[in-house]
Amino acid sequence: MTPFTYSRAGETAEAVRMGGAAASAYLGGGTNLVDLMRETVARPERLVDVSGLSTSITDTDAGGLLIGAGVRNTTLAEHRAVRERFPLLSRAILAGASAQIRNMATVGGNLMQRTRCTYFYDADGSRCNKRVPGSGCDARDGFNRIHAVLGASDACVATHPSDMCVALAALDAVVHVEGSAGVRTLPLREFHRLPGDRPDVDTVLAPGDLIVAVEVPPLGFATNSTYRKVRDRASYAFALVSVAAALDMDGDRVRDVRIALGGVAHKPWRAARAEDALRGGPATEQAFRAAALMEFADAQPLRDNAFKPELATRTLVSVLGALAKGDAA
Amino acid sequence: MSILDTAKETAQGLMQGALEKLVPLAPDSWIPGGVPDPLIARKHGLIGSPVSRLDGAFKVQGQAPFAAEFRFDRMTYAALAYATVARGRVASIDSAAAEGAPGVVLVMTHRNAPRMNTPAVFGSSPSAVGPSDLPIFQDDRVHWNGQPIACVLAETQEQADHAASLLAFTYDEEPSTTTLEGARAAGTEQGVMMGRPLLNKIGDADAALAAAPHSVDHLYRTPRHNHNAIEPHAATIAWVDDQLHIHDASQMVTQQAQTVAEVFDLKPDQVRLTSPYVGGGFGSKGLWDHQIIGAAAAKLCGRPVRITLSREGVYRVVGGRTLTEQRVAIGAQADGAIDALIHTGMAVMTPHNSMPEPFTLGTQSAYASPNITLQVKMAKMNMLANTFMRAPGEAVGTFALESAIDELAVELGMDPIDLRLRNEPDRDPVSGLPFSSRNIAEAWRRGAEAFGWNERSATPGTRRDGEWQVGMGCATGTYPYYRMPGAEARITLTLQDGAIHAKVEIAAAEMGMGTSTTTAIVAAERLGLPIEQVEVAYGDSAIPGAIMAGGSQQTAAIGGAVIAAHNALVAELLKLAGNDSPLAGLSPDEVGSEGAALCKLDDPGRRESYASILGRAQRDQVSVTQAGSPPLELMHWSMHSHSALFCEVRVNAVTGETRVGRFLGAFDCGRILNPKTARSQFRGGIIMGLGMALMEETQFDERNGRIMNPSLAEYHVPVHLDVPEIDVIWTDIPDPHTPMGAHGIGEIGITGVAAAVANAVYNATGRRVRDLPITLDKLI
Amino acid sequence: MSLIVNGTSVAPPDDPRVSLLDHLREGLHLTGTKKGCNQGACGACTVLVDGERILSCLALAVQYDGRHITTVEGLAQDDALHPLQAAFIEHDGFQCGYCTPGQICSAIGMAAEVERGVPSHVTADLRADAALTREEIQERMSGNLCRCGAHNGIVAAIQATFVVEAQA
Repeated sequence: MTPFTYSRAGETAEAVRMGGAAASAYLGGGTNLVDLMRETVARPERLVDVSGLSTSITDTDAGGLLIGAGVRNTTLAEHRAVRERFPLLSRAILAGASAQIRNMATVGGNLMQRTRCTYFYDADGSRCNKRVPGSGCDARDGFNRIHAVLGASDACVATHPSDMCVALAALDAVVHVEGSAGVRTLPLREFHRLPGDRPDVDTVLAPGDLIVAVEVPPLGFATNSTYRKVRDRASYAFALVSVAAALDMDGDRVRDVRIALGGVAHKPWRAARAEDALRGGPATEQAFRAAALMEFADAQPLRDNAFKPELATRTLVSVLGALAKGDAA
Repeated sequence: MSILDTAKETAQGLMQGALEKLVPLAPDSWIPGGVPDPLIARKHGLIGSPVSRLDGAFKVQGQAPFAAEFRFDRMTYAALAYATVARGRVASIDSAAAEGAPGVVLVMTHRNAPRMNTPAVFGSSPSAVGPSDLPIFQDDRVHWNGQPIACVLAETQEQADHAASLLAFTYDEEPSTTTLEGARAAGTEQGVMMGRPLLNKIGDADAALAAAPHSVDHLYRTPRHNHNAIEPHAATIAWVDDQLHIHDASQMVTQQAQTVAEVFDLKPDQVRLTSPYVGGGFGSKGLWDHQIIGAAAAKLCGRPVRITLSREGVYRVVGGRTLTEQRVAIGAQADGAIDALIHTGMAVMTPHNSMPEPFTLGTQSAYASPNITLQVKMAKMNMLANTFMRAPGEAVGTFALESAIDELAVELGMDPIDLRLRNEPDRDPVSGLPFSSRNIAEAWRRGAEAFGWNERSATPGTRRDGEWQVGMGCATGTYPYYRMPGAEARITLTLQDGAIHAKVEIAAAEMGMGTSTTTAIVAAERLGLPIEQVEVAYGDSAIPGAIMAGGSQQTAAIGGAVIAAHNALVAELLKLAGNDSPLAGLSPDEVGSEGAALCKLDDPGRRESYASILGRAQRDQVSVTQAGSPPLELMHWSMHSHSALFCEVRVNAVTGETRVGRFLGAFDCGRILNPKTARSQFRGGIIMGLGMALMEETQFDERNGRIMNPSLAEYHVPVHLDVPEIDVIWTDIPDPHTPMGAHGIGEIGITGVAAAVANAVYNATGRRVRDLPITLDKLI
Repeated sequence: MSLIVNGTSVAPPDDPRVSLLDHLREGLHLTGTKKGCNQGACGACTVLVDGERILSCLALAVQYDGRHITTVEGLAQDDALHPLQAAFIEHDGFQCGYCTPGQICSAIGMAAEVERGVPSHVTADLRADAALTREEIQERMSGNLCRCGAHNGIVAAIQATFVVEAQA
């Protein structure tokens, strides 16, 4: 670990002031950042501890939730309003990591998680454009089972590892950010970037920007929602693919639907094409499958992940089928 | 020359051929185990009763000290830097920044390391346990991607880690072989295990296969695996005067001390290696580069060193199980009788180590067949030296063989258990030796009943539970009985305040198998003492003899040594007892131990207590050290453990995810000494087998020979939710020719498991997966 | 600044890079808490902070100023093993013993979470309070790897300690 100074911010304004200094990083639960620092992938010289800030969950006037960035993952997952009104969010969090990590990790930190690409982590021995811009990508022709099939670039085929963010993408969450330019909001769907030729930049945040809250707008039919994660062991593993979905039925037709996919792209992938195809149509297996295939029409599989479009398609069909019948767990 | 003298020379590598001809023909009574161990007949007492681990209270309170938890004054912390090319030379080292970093005490590379001998590669002598025949930090050569090439010592671990990250190297790369195809193209060699070619030919298997009315013939592949003991390899090392002290994590304590002594030109007693607790080994806790680097660095800087490998470091420095590609072809008659059995293929090793993956060993004694061809060939790759991992050979070999048997059963329309029993041999098909104990049919019968095998549908893909396809599979597991030479036991009886206390010292290792507890049980029983009065010492190179926790032989080796030491103790006590004892005039072999006394075996009333003997002789202590008899029984009988394994899997029809719903192992492993710890050993092996079946793979990047998942996040081992309640039963039929009638059980648990899972997956889905692990992409 | 470890106030490390795990092991010589991966992937370093289980390898010690940390050394009271420690021995919930302190601390934290009503990945009904079924224990303990394969004994020890208690 490169030497750094540590300071704890007493309030948000102070944090933003400290975080504006060069080579600073905000520290939440540390579950990803400390690991990346130990691997020398991240080398901040100043750590600003924001884990004690913004720790409340409140109802918004609109009927949604405002979740402080310092709220622990467990706290959010167990929150009554989340379990009752946004079960997909609760389920996504509970599908991620382990209980110990969820007890440490913050909501803001979860948004800032970096990819699990093993070439990204291998600071000594592998090339990675995300770690060292312009150095090359050893994943594209290497082990890429967990890598992207949608929205990747020549420079980077990494995936975003978060489960929670997939649910937030489906819920049209809004990220509240405070920076040197003041307070602003960013739609979560646009918060994470596709890699393009700058895979080293994961999000649209400017240097020094601090996530202060995540707002989940009201979505009545989110009570009929779920999150399904497919992985290589039963628990404590990152997703191969995951599906967050909420379905609003009108008789046997789809009135409205929200779908986001994890494990397939550099960001939580909102399946807008599939949603458009489904809205107003029949809630049949064929329709679900056709919509999923449409979403993956441009998929570009790599050596080890050609199974992902089919796996994601099947998983989505199954999830929507269960939601249509109202028996999704 | 007596047969025992001949055996001693065998241990020294002489007369092997003559012995192999002689021993099989010798009368049983001449052979160790020819007369059953009297403990087999003893039906009461501790043996066979569930006893909780004697070290349990330490472990659950975190008080058991592991290698990285000992301390020395002025101790420094080590961090390693690893090569990033597969082969070549270190061209330049920029260490200025590291040397100037805060807290740095030393940066050691091949340029300034002390001159050391090359560790003797494993198997090159009885005590040689080096990982390969490569010098360590003596030249600029790089032999594998990940080889340690520099060591930083600093006042704290944080400082050492940071300084190591500041080191910069350039390389002159040289051509390397890092692809399987490249290695194959460069030519394969006959695999040789401990001096013996892994090649058996009985009859003409090719011709018999071609002529057989029914046959199967397939290739099976298994990837590299890593042991992933939760304790990373570590050593805390100090030079005290001309003595080298190493607190290590070792499953071969004495041998490691001796090999290290040779590296540093020391006499064996100048190296003191202790290893009281080992946080999991599974074959990996031996001598690797890090202990030698740590000792060299400690010597160079004149301060003690703690060297703890990072998890990545474990993958870079400590080898795992190598990959295999196996062909199994079986020809059979319509009634299931096997005419031809071919099990051949290749595995990969390095130009510098001595470990083939002997996947045909379990096949040698598996099935009766008049025509058998077994062969392991090795290809060479520039990589970290592979090593033994739980049931080396059998773990992966049984996957291929027992999958093929299942495929043959499908081909024949037979129940796979019936097919196996139909081909049960009455003597070892390859060696021709009689079996010492083989109750595999009993294991199958009891296992099938307990598991409910009769509920299995023979037609694949017919059971369904919602999205889940459900299927059952079975397989046989097998592992040989071994007892290695070299084991000694020292028994010391002490009389204090009228009470007898026994100390049993053995140079063994305890990695959680329950060895220390089981040894106390057996020693107490043999000495006729309550277990509370028996203390077992182990894990220390200062203890005489050399025992390895490998080959599932430690319990037998200890058992044999304790028998010998007990016999010597009886003789010694009889001498002390003299003519005034009720035992006067008896010879040692007429006398045994019972109730803290010596007694005549066939007249237990004729006895004298230890306390009385010692008291009358005015002694407060008697101590004997004795080596176990040479393991001639291994040449006289074909000695194996067996299991019948049953698995029920659920395969998700949507996602291809496989979950093991039920598992049962029925074991035929002689007499079970401690059911509580034995059950855990069986389960542990089975669970590692489930990992091997479904998720484990060390990802070796063939472009540059670098392991790309050196992490417990990316190398998946089973978690709690992957592990069902595993039922374990056993025949408990003693092997009449082994100490206590017992067999070692550390490795058999994993054997056959991957096949049982694969066969269940076939039964659930109709899909046959022949390359491990069975991940979901292979099923959708 | 101070941390409270097993009831005793201790100074934090001078170097902010020192993890809570390394501070416990190397600074305070409390080696009961184990380092298995140092990357948040095995759970061997689990300790309780204000009663909640966390991974001490991913925790910078300086971040835990003023917090109450309980390690495996702090569980036994008055020389009597914690009931879960005794149950681990009885049910053979370990072999090598290296993951054991983490398993035990984790299970104690887990029991408190269930008591509080925290759901898990396998909880069928998020609106209802979870019961401590075998599957719930397995999922909730999945952050603690065991390579010896003592999983069955660990689950049995947890059931014997916490499920029986709940029914009594």
